[in-house]
Amino acid sequence: MKITAGIDVGSTYTKTILLDEEYRILARHVMNTGFKLGAVAEKCLDGCLEKASLTRDDLNYVIATGFGRHQVKCKDLSVTDITSSARGCFLLFPETRTILDVGGQTMKAIRIDENGRVISFRQNDKCAAGTGAFLEKTARYMGYETKDIGQLLETSRNPVAISGVCAVFAESEVINQLSLGTPPADIMQGSIESLTTRAIQLMKRVKGEPEITLIGGIMRYHTMSASIDKRLENDIRLPGVNPDSDRDEAMPQFATALGAAWLAHYRLRNPSAVKAAPADTTSVG
Amino acid sequence: MAYAAGVDVGSTQTKAVIINEDREIIARCLIDTGANVTQAAENAFKSCIEAEDLLEEEVEWVIGTGYGRYKVTFGNAQVTEISCHGRGASHIFPGTRTVLDMGGQDTKAIRVAPNGEIDDFCMNDKCAAGTGRFLGASSAALDIPLDDLGPTALLSDNPVQISTTCTVFAESEILSWLGKGKKVEDILWGVHESIAKRSMGLLRRVGIHEEVTFTGGVSRNTAMVKSLEKALKCKLNISDECHYAGALGAALFAMDHIQASRAPRNKVEEPTS
Repeated sequence: MKITAGIDVGSTYTKTILLDEEYRILARHVMNTGFKLGAVAEKCLDGCLEKASLTRDDLNYVIATGFGRHQVKCKDLSVTDITSSARGCFLLFPETRTILDVGGQTMKAIRIDENGRVISFRQNDKCAAGTGAFLEKTARYMGYETKDIGQLLETSRNPVAISGVCAVFAESEVINQLSLGTPPADIMQGSIESLTTRAIQLMKRVKGEPEITLIGGIMRYHTMSASIDKRLENDIRLPGVNPDSDRDEAMPQFATALGAAWLAHYRLRNPSAVKAAPADTTSVG
Repeated sequence: MAYAAGVDVGSTQTKAVIINEDREIIARCLIDTGANVTQAAENAFKSCIEAEDLLEEEVEWVIGTGYGRYKVTFGNAQVTEISCHGRGASHIFPGTRTVLDMGGQDTKAIRVAPNGEIDDFCMNDKCAAGTGRFLGASSAALDIPLDDLGPTALLSDNPVQISTTCTVFAESEILSWLGKGKKVEDILWGVHESIAKRSMGLLRRVGIHEEVTFTGGVSRNTAMVKSLEKALKCKLNISDECHYAGALGAALFAMDHIQASRAPRNKVEEPTS
């Protein structure tokens, strides 16, 4: 039985998945990325292997993806996160035509064809508004931590409008709302809605079409996917939460790592078929 | 002797200036704006008056400017900060054709005509990149007081290039450079260069014509001046009055009003005498 690993080194979290030949997830592991990207990738892989009671010798192919992919030493290949996300979503929901990925420091919209290949993508990576960092900042301005965000969102009743133009200038807006007596939960949900507005715009720019699959760490806040669902009036697909999913264990956060692990199997089967798993040739950053 | 005052209520600091009929600054004051904007404006104005032992009535006209200008409740009129910075900068340096005003939360490029009037302007007020807030964030990330940023950055001999645009992401970039063992001064110089680069974009949009005067709170930062001069390839006009350029401009408009309203009254009085 051949086993592959996908390591997704994101700006905030590093995710690892082990996949067998029948595309069963053997284990998955997540860690804070921090600043030592290379070291955390190795650690995260070892953590994952430990969960599956395996060693590095059991691995047949390792693909690294995400913004820190070049720093991963134990890889056989690196692939861009766009390609990996596309493959991961295609594996989970073959009808996926549009992917929205909301992560800690980026927001991406990806259009894929009926074979899971990328047609086009747009990303917001220069501005924190529209990313998880915006939520983190909003929480911080109110004296909460990142881990409190989920609980806050659960209790929101009447979300207020947060402009979401700049994560830094949002501070004055948040303080203003607090001084008006707005509950922190409603401000938090307001910033989720502002992310939604940006997400809809980004998906329009890739001419998004159903089905839409939502991935990325921010989707662990279910009010985010609910807010997008409401705005689109469309059925959205959410890995691990959607009843149609036959891979319940694949959470939105792991879709990209899953795609990388799948691409690794593809490489093993078709050593010469570079088209489906194009190697990332961009220079090491 | 009549006096005129200008109160510039900025997002971060409030500046007040009182001038005499010869249009010389006789008193000036700088305080943090804080949450109570009206109170800040009043405090700044009052401490100017007290410093010079003036009576409030002696200050015949007060003009408010800056983002909080409508909160200057004791003021007689309001003028936008664009007009005031153009006017103030032209008064301090009569050769001024371009003004770069860098404040706590926005950066403005203003093109002024030889008479001090505004030809065009462009501002960065929707994004914190390239504003004083970028320096504020760096100061917090590196735990260095705001006033020490410039002098520290000038010690750099092997600058780091800050590649992120967003202030939020720059905070993590700064930390990651620290983690890689880069020196604080080298990171800080990179921060200043990145702001200078953003400002150049604004300046080009209004057109850069010498002389260029640098106003606003950040004009006190020596490294900012140096990095801007490097980017502009010309000298900047700087004086310690530049921080007060907006308030000075407002006071000049106020003095215009006093002198203009006096002129017709003299004419009326002439026939009777």
